[in-house]
Amino acid sequence: MADLAQFRDETRSWLEANCPPEMREPVRGEDDIYWGGRRATFKNDAQKAWLEACIAKGYTVPMWPKAYGGAGLSAAEAKVLREEMGRINARPPLSSFGIWMLGPALLHFGTEGQKQRFLNEIARGEIRWCQGYSEPGSGSDLVSLQTFGEDKGDHWVVNGQKIWTSYADHADWIFCLVRTDKENKYGGITFMLFDMASEGVTTKPIKLISGSSPFCETFFDNVAVPKSYGDDVPAYVGTINRGWDVAKYLLGHEREMISGADGGERQAAIGAMMKRHAAKLGDELDPVLRAELANFDVDALAYAAMGEKFLDEIKVGKAHPAQPNMMKYAGTELNKRRHELMMAVGGSRSLEWESDATESGKPAKNWLRTKANSIEGGTSEVMLNVIAKRILDLPGA
Amino acid sequence: MPLYHNEDQAMLADTARGFIAEEGNIAKQLRHWRDRNCKDGFGHALWKQMAEMGFTGMLVDEADGGLGMGHVEAGIVLEEIGRNLTPSPFLTSSVLAATALKHGSADLKGRYLPGLIAGDSVFAVAIDETAKHRPSRITTRAEKSGNGFKLSGAKSFVIQGASADMIVVAARTSGSDEDADGITLFAVPKDAAGMSHDSVRLVDSSMATHTRFDGVELDGDAVIGEIDGGRAVLDAMLMAGRVGAAAEGVGVARGAMDMTVDYLKQRKQFGRLIGEFQALQHRASHLYSEVEIARAVTIKAQQLLDGGSAHADLMASVAKAKVAKTARLAVQEGVQMHGGIGMTDEYDIGLYMKRDRALAEFLGDATFHANRVAELSGY
Repeated sequence: MADLAQFRDETRSWLEANCPPEMREPVRGEDDIYWGGRRATFKNDAQKAWLEACIAKGYTVPMWPKAYGGAGLSAAEAKVLREEMGRINARPPLSSFGIWMLGPALLHFGTEGQKQRFLNEIARGEIRWCQGYSEPGSGSDLVSLQTFGEDKGDHWVVNGQKIWTSYADHADWIFCLVRTDKENKYGGITFMLFDMASEGVTTKPIKLISGSSPFCETFFDNVAVPKSYGDDVPAYVGTINRGWDVAKYLLGHEREMISGADGGERQAAIGAMMKRHAAKLGDELDPVLRAELANFDVDALAYAAMGEKFLDEIKVGKAHPAQPNMMKYAGTELNKRRHELMMAVGGSRSLEWESDATESGKPAKNWLRTKANSIEGGTSEVMLNVIAKRILDLPGA
Repeated sequence: MPLYHNEDQAMLADTARGFIAEEGNIAKQLRHWRDRNCKDGFGHALWKQMAEMGFTGMLVDEADGGLGMGHVEAGIVLEEIGRNLTPSPFLTSSVLAATALKHGSADLKGRYLPGLIAGDSVFAVAIDETAKHRPSRITTRAEKSGNGFKLSGAKSFVIQGASADMIVVAARTSGSDEDADGITLFAVPKDAAGMSHDSVRLVDSSMATHTRFDGVELDGDAVIGEIDGGRAVLDAMLMAGRVGAAAEGVGVARGAMDMTVDYLKQRKQFGRLIGEFQALQHRASHLYSEVEIARAVTIKAQQLLDGGSAHADLMASVAKAKVAKTARLAVQEGVQMHGGIGMTDEYDIGLYMKRDRALAEFLGDATFHANRVAELSGY
């Protein structure tokens, strides 16, 4: 404990010295987030300085081992770092699917060569990854995916289509589920890694109801994927045809992330904030809306306690392995409710799609965005199926 | 502090679960006393056994002969009491009255705590005066009379009031009905002249009283805490009681849920186990999720209360409200998924529904506490 207190002091001084004031402002728009990659540009010098300081310290991926670009922090130390960053509102220096998704998969399943190369690239923000999972005919039933890699000896020729590929149009590389055995449903998928600049890869952004296009359709037309990128660096994670194991592991991880449990402390209760918001608009909360906010706050504060309990239990291996499904289900449903209420309080002002007062329709766009929460990364209905099967042990589930 | 039970608490949970399932189960206690029309609504022998287990005095300070444990520990026992629908004076005596007596004089402690710890005494609390919980308004009056007080007024929903050896009564010693200040708590002994009970059996087979005080003469040393300064003691007692009631409610919810999930795995219709139907699976999974969340926030509230956090009051209300909503869902889904037999007295699931209703009302229901969460949050 004394060591932790010392670590906190050190972290505090380090942040004081290294986190520029501009990086202590809330994230206001997409360009405030630094995603890294070959084509990335910095919004300003502060963003660049903050990233470089964090890379040098291993703080873009604090819990990864030092050999792979991390700082080798324990869970307790990482929590201190999160708390201290939260205290000064420090922005994350680097956001990426490499950090959130591929990294954990490689740490768990990767070869030493893969870790040395890919994890260090991710930690330094050099390569931006995207995730190729869903297909037009394979959403909730992901394992039915059809994108096929034909074995040509030292390489595969990949043909097919992915959909809902987040930021595929900005990504450098893709980690991609590809069928390599048509006879074997679960045991015929390989978790491949390849360059989005390869010949035959094209992306097409999908415009959403929120007006933004964070997702793409991704097409593979005779894409040649070598089986190896050098000594001990295979182009697939885990074993050929056993990619479903990796995918399942990552889905669990993704559900934790979407549930918000991994995202540090969120402002749970909104009632008081909504009362101020209404007052600013010259309104007051009607009694029924106030009651709905009160009921929401009860559920939100209770869920926040659940998030804390879940994280505490994960650290010591006490959480049920299927518990992330429950967190994802409850967390995303709650978030949808949160934005419904915020829209209600905002009234006609929150309908404005293009206005300075709403920073170009932020309330409406955020509200619409939340509708994907309970779809992406496994729908609420799939989460309930998994709880029924793996936790409640119900028959035929 | 991590939000799960430490080793000692996990051991206590094992012990409490085994003991209460064995001695406090529905057949042995709730049905037994109910079917005999027991005027107490609970068994004194079990109360004595709970004393031998060390439960009755667990919140009492070690200096006063208790175990000096906290609300996490009391909550562990209460969850098992809830799961088994065990009628017992634990919540009112060992949590509410024991919390009040922490603020009492050495004399009061000496008079009442040994009996509680030994399982010989039962205490009740008299707070509510109308059909809904409304502790902000106290109209029962205690007027100075000689060296003591004269108590006049009426209380309702006094759980086990007629069986109690002592009743903690919240009365007004100054100010007007809605004032926060001017409240004093009294320990009123069972034989106090002028106190009368109108006993009623409630829907869950527990016994409660409408209790009248017609000029009840009390010594000055019946006062718990400060004269006119009883609001702080009352608040402490309510907070402990609400967190305790939440823990018991978690047990009710878990008991009803477990019974229902088991039933889904046994009952066949259309040639299949009904648990194979996705319509029921999704409802069961949603219920599981709510119960987990309700349990988490209850443990959070217990820990905050034990740590003396300023946040405890808010989280006590969050927990009470969340558990009330969740246990309600659990018993309603329980009866519905049991189908016709869920409506019969023979099956226990209906007993969970009855207990939930009474427990949710005690010390404020879901809307009372949701409203309180809003008020404490500033809207």
